Amino acid sequence: MSTTPTPFAANATDYKIPDKVMSKINEIASQYPEKNSAMLPALHLIQDEFGWIPPSAVRQLADALDTTPNKVYAVVSFYTMFNQAPVGKYHIQVCRNVSCSLLGSKHIVDHLTSKLGIQPGQTTENKKFTLSLVECLGACGTAPVMMINDTYYENLTSGKVDEILNTLA
Amino acid sequence: MIEEKKVLTRHVGVPGMEKVDAYMNDGGYKGLKNALDKKPQDIIEEVKKSFLRGRGGAGFPTGFKWSFIPKEKTKPHYIICNADEGEPGTFKDRVIMENDPLLLIEGMTIAGYALQCDMGFIYIRGEFRKIAEKLETAIENARNANLLGKNILGKGFNFDILVMRGAGAYICGEETALIESLEGKRGEPRMKPPFPAVEGLYKCPTIVNNVETLACIPIIMQSNGKSFKDMGTFQSAGTKLYGISGHVNNPGVYEYPMGTNLKDLIEQAAGGVKDGKKLKAVIPGGLSAPILKADEIDLDMDFDACIKAGTMLGSGGVIVMDETTSIPEVAKSTIDFFVHESCGQCTPCREGLHKIQETLTKMMAGEGDENSLKTIFKIAKTIKGTTLCPLGDAGAMALEAMVTKFRDEFEALNK
Amino acid sequence: MKMQIELNNRKLEAESGETILSVAKRAGINIPTLCYLEHLKPAGRCRICVVEVDGRKDLVPSCSFPVSDGMKIHTHSPRVLEARKNLIELMLANHPDDCLYCNRNSNCDLRQLADQLGVRERELVHVEPHFEIDNSSPSLVRDPNKCILCGKCVRVCEEIQGVAAIELLGRGFESFVGVENNKNLATSRCINCGQCILACPTGALTEKSQIQDVIDALNDPEKYVVVQHAPAISVTLAEEFGVEAGIDVDGAMVAALRRMGFDKVFDTSFTADLTIMEEGSELVSRIVNGGKLPMLTSCSPGWIKFVEQFYPDFTGNLSTCKSPQQMMGAIIKRIFAQREDIDPAKIFSVSIMPCTAKKFEAGRPEMGENGIQDVDVVLTTRELGRLLRMYGIDIRNIEPEQADSPFGERTTAGKIFGATGGVMEAALRTGYYLVTGELMEHLEITPVRGLDGIKESKIKVGDLELGVAVASSLSKARILLDEVKKGRSDLHFIEVMTCPGGCVAGGGQPIGTNVDKIKARSQALYKLDDSETMRMSHENPSVKKLYEDYLGKPLSEKSHHLLHTHYEKRPI
Ligand SMILES: Cc1cc2nc3c(=O)[nH]c(=O)nc-3n(C[C@H](O)[C@H](O)[C@H](O)COP(=O)(O)O)c2cc1C
Ligand code: SF4
Ligand code: SF4
Ligand code: SF4
Ligand code: SF4
Ligand code: FES
Repeated sequence: MSTTPTPFAANATDYKIPDKVMSKINEIASQYPEKNSAMLPALHLIQDEFGWIPPSAVRQLADALDTTPNKVYAVVSFYTMFNQAPVGKYHIQVCRNVSCSLLGSKHIVDHLTSKLGIQPGQTTENKKFTLSLVECLGACGTAPVMMINDTYYENLTSGKVDEILNTLA
Repeated sequence: MIEEKKVLTRHVGVPGMEKVDAYMNDGGYKGLKNALDKKPQDIIEEVKKSFLRGRGGAGFPTGFKWSFIPKEKTKPHYIICNADEGEPGTFKDRVIMENDPLLLIEGMTIAGYALQCDMGFIYIRGEFRKIAEKLETAIENARNANLLGKNILGKGFNFDILVMRGAGAYICGEETALIESLEGKRGEPRMKPPFPAVEGLYKCPTIVNNVETLACIPIIMQSNGKSFKDMGTFQSAGTKLYGISGHVNNPGVYEYPMGTNLKDLIEQAAGGVKDGKKLKAVIPGGLSAPILKADEIDLDMDFDACIKAGTMLGSGGVIVMDETTSIPEVAKSTIDFFVHESCGQCTPCREGLHKIQETLTKMMAGEGDENSLKTIFKIAKTIKGTTLCPLGDAGAMALEAMVTKFRDEFEALNK
Repeated sequence: MKMQIELNNRKLEAESGETILSVAKRAGINIPTLCYLEHLKPAGRCRICVVEVDGRKDLVPSCSFPVSDGMKIHTHSPRVLEARKNLIELMLANHPDDCLYCNRNSNCDLRQLADQLGVRERELVHVEPHFEIDNSSPSLVRDPNKCILCGKCVRVCEEIQGVAAIELLGRGFESFVGVENNKNLATSRCINCGQCILACPTGALTEKSQIQDVIDALNDPEKYVVVQHAPAISVTLAEEFGVEAGIDVDGAMVAALRRMGFDKVFDTSFTADLTIMEEGSELVSRIVNGGKLPMLTSCSPGWIKFVEQFYPDFTGNLSTCKSPQQMMGAIIKRIFAQREDIDPAKIFSVSIMPCTAKKFEAGRPEMGENGIQDVDVVLTTRELGRLLRMYGIDIRNIEPEQADSPFGERTTAGKIFGATGGVMEAALRTGYYLVTGELMEHLEITPVRGLDGIKESKIKVGDLELGVAVASSLSKARILLDEVKKGRSDLHFIEVMTCPGGCVAGGGQPIGTNVDKIKARSQALYKLDDSETMRMSHENPSVKKLYEDYLGKPLSEKSHHLLHTHYEKRPI
């Protein structure tokens, strides 16, 4: 059972890494003693750009870092934060680990599934929301916790979730 | 009454500590100034005298670890700060980085000097993007004040720090997996030997230390090793950040002398079990630490006492469970976590943990039988002592403890 | 530094830095391994090699763990045996129950270990196979369901072959060996060498079997079935019948092929001799006329695809000669057919090769004419072994026979093509003669023999000091090409064999190929060279006759049409 979006979508259209991003990648690569160290930072930048890691970007990155697309893909497929398929505008990631579930993260997930009409791992039809269950987010003291894109939302209740969703255009 | 001792957390809630002036006005960078007047070797000796033990989980004596770095420098040396903070139940390093980033940066700079490093890296979990940005701001501030960069404070020492975000892999908290990840690869742990101090990042001598460990270094260098040691309890040195979560009234991160009693921490620091319920169980040191029953919590929270009690201080992440908790449910979350986070390199962890997960899932669906528990024990036994890194072991031990100590709850699933 | 250790209560001496596995091996103790590869850094993935060391809580992996003075080791203690057995049980629980049907059922490391460790009942619930089989490649089949994730194939492909076509992808229980998104082996950078098959402990990687096509052809009365066998087959085939490595069964193999019903049995060593005539002349012509140098050999199809993909600027350096297999293929369908008055469409041309890449080569569109491929089916040594067993023929027990004339006649120069350095040695013997009109004083050119990855020599040929180099395996070829790219200019001729050790170590050779066997197989070839009298390709009477009757002279127009080819850049 997979609760995060998985494999690459087939035949995705070509995404070109913008020059600005590419030069940032090259700059980062030059800061490290070895170029390949720019792999994770570059993939984060690519994901910031497209919302996921498109195969065509994998090839471009491989060229930029003097490695093979297969090696980049091996990295992408290892780290759960890298989306191998497009996600919604808002990627909601709810912690399912122990501290959060002790304090009711299941209710939060149930609330989200009924409110958004999707199961974990799915994206709403209007491509606005993707719901994922993730492991510990390192905020157990303020459980239950979720992350939407880069922002943490802590001490969640159903009411609070409603409020948060209402603020998201 | 136990008394909180705010050393590493003294700036919690104080805004603006990423600015050099504010930090310096409160005694910041005194440690670095003292250190730069000493010989690198003397700093290592001072850290040894402090009896500081690594706060990342294993409790390895820091000064001793530092002394493995080659004295004769033939290659670049590196210091890495492990800010991966992935152990479930752990949320303490974040408190230091958010509230007192320069404390960590000062600690790394001192370590960098003592270990003759060319560069330092902070590897921070990918989800902590905002914290990473804060660290970068603080680093930039330090650079502008000549506290990083070339010829630091005119003492001829060159050192700088880069921040790298992980991308969702608990295993990258393991130091050799972290190194692989920093090299831009899959986070697959390396075999030891060779140890990173001999062959680490880019095959060069490397020391990996936890955020909290490195944050202790300026404290030691402000005065001396002995005064740091004396901050702890009789057996153990310094203070410890305990993160308490789960069914307690006041969850949060609390700094107490190392070795403070677990029961006291739960009852006094965290305000006791939530809603007046009875305590059922406690995981004392992050999810990898074997579970304790309610009657086992009269325990001094330091490395040795926890090992004696059959568990681990680990990261000091205390997860408290009240009487309503279903331990099989907790066990299920636990095994799900370890299966999800296994890197997949070695057979026992990859196949074994999955098999335990499969067995437990069946049991919870009412499809278990008398062999189910036998299978779990058998596999846990196989995993222990055969894995490449401690993750597989940790998962097996955590599960085994839950099933052993709360066996009746698991047996009830088969009825 | 020497140190004292105790292994299973026996006192032994060991070198510092030595692994437990290597000490045990010397002491005659067999510790099983599944992820360990000779000569490469241990990976420590499978954990089957764990042993107990006194004073340590955890078991340690013997493949990588260094001994230390006074260490007391137990390689087969009850705890160790139990751990190994349980590990195998775990692997089997996530493995298809396919032994009855599996390509590797007679030589699978996993199955054998299960047997040795006494796994006799299924205690763990079985996970059903859930991966798709990758059948796309003309050379290999990958069944990820049978993969135990030892990682050997990945490492061989990258560290020995410098190709990196396959990687470990995904994470944890869901990890698998595969090719990047939307690709399969056929569309990957795989050069079809099959070295990963030799490394694989299970049936997860196998050759694409074409046995049935051959059987069908043999049973088809309309078909005229011709077979050729490569130089390296006769010294390895016997291993398929349990014979030790290094025994030549050339005649028996010819007889066996006839028993099966092949209409003609030709020897690819004949076209190896022909290759030398063409390639030697090509080299001389390039040197004299200022052609592209260094010239690179072109008989190893994995290497050809490698150059086309990774070093397209060097395609002009490749000799335009087809490989011996394809020369023979062209001769059979275009000269032999005409001479015997057989419709080429009715000829079914089979070749027995040590190599999986030959399957790919035979399918290259330029390797045929009028829609007819010159070689129809390529069988590996392993497949031939299987076919013979199916036909009830035991190679150990059959009267030797001669190959058919005229394309069965060979010199030993053609024969040593099977070992790394062999093409170079054969070419030098004949090249020397072509240039100087004299014979070399010593025909044995030892600097190009042996298993070193790169061998170099300077050979005086007339006034010219010829710079030659031999690379065995593609990671080694990369080193040479990169040097040339950087401006190295003292080399005229480079031989490259895709597989480390040459064709005797090809990806189609018997499972269990290791350094000792490779040495024995090469020895067998050089022994033939020592014992026979026709040792230079230009002495081959049938080759001479072919030029007289049909081709004219080397590099003639006819030769070009029939025996030469061209290369193209391939996108990766
Ligand atoms: C699976 C696993 C996860 C780990 N995660 C972390 C982590 O998130 N943070 C950390 O500091 N150490 C972590 N560690 C411990 C590190 O390997 C290493 O021991 C530590 O960073 C050393 O620092 P210290 O000596 O300062 O404790 C982990 C270890 C394992 C086996
Ligand atoms: S124990 Fe688990 S996490 Fe560690 S190397 Fe083995 S598979 Fe990877
Ligand atoms: S790979 Fe081995 S164990 Fe698996 S089915 Fe084939 S013979 Fe059996
Ligand atoms: S056949 Fe050769 S190139 Fe292809 S995957 Fe196997 S080792 Fe790599
Ligand atoms: S395919 Fe074979 S060699 Fe490759 S990892 Fe799987 S079992 Fe090992
Ligand atoms: S052979 Fe040692 S771990 Fe696989």
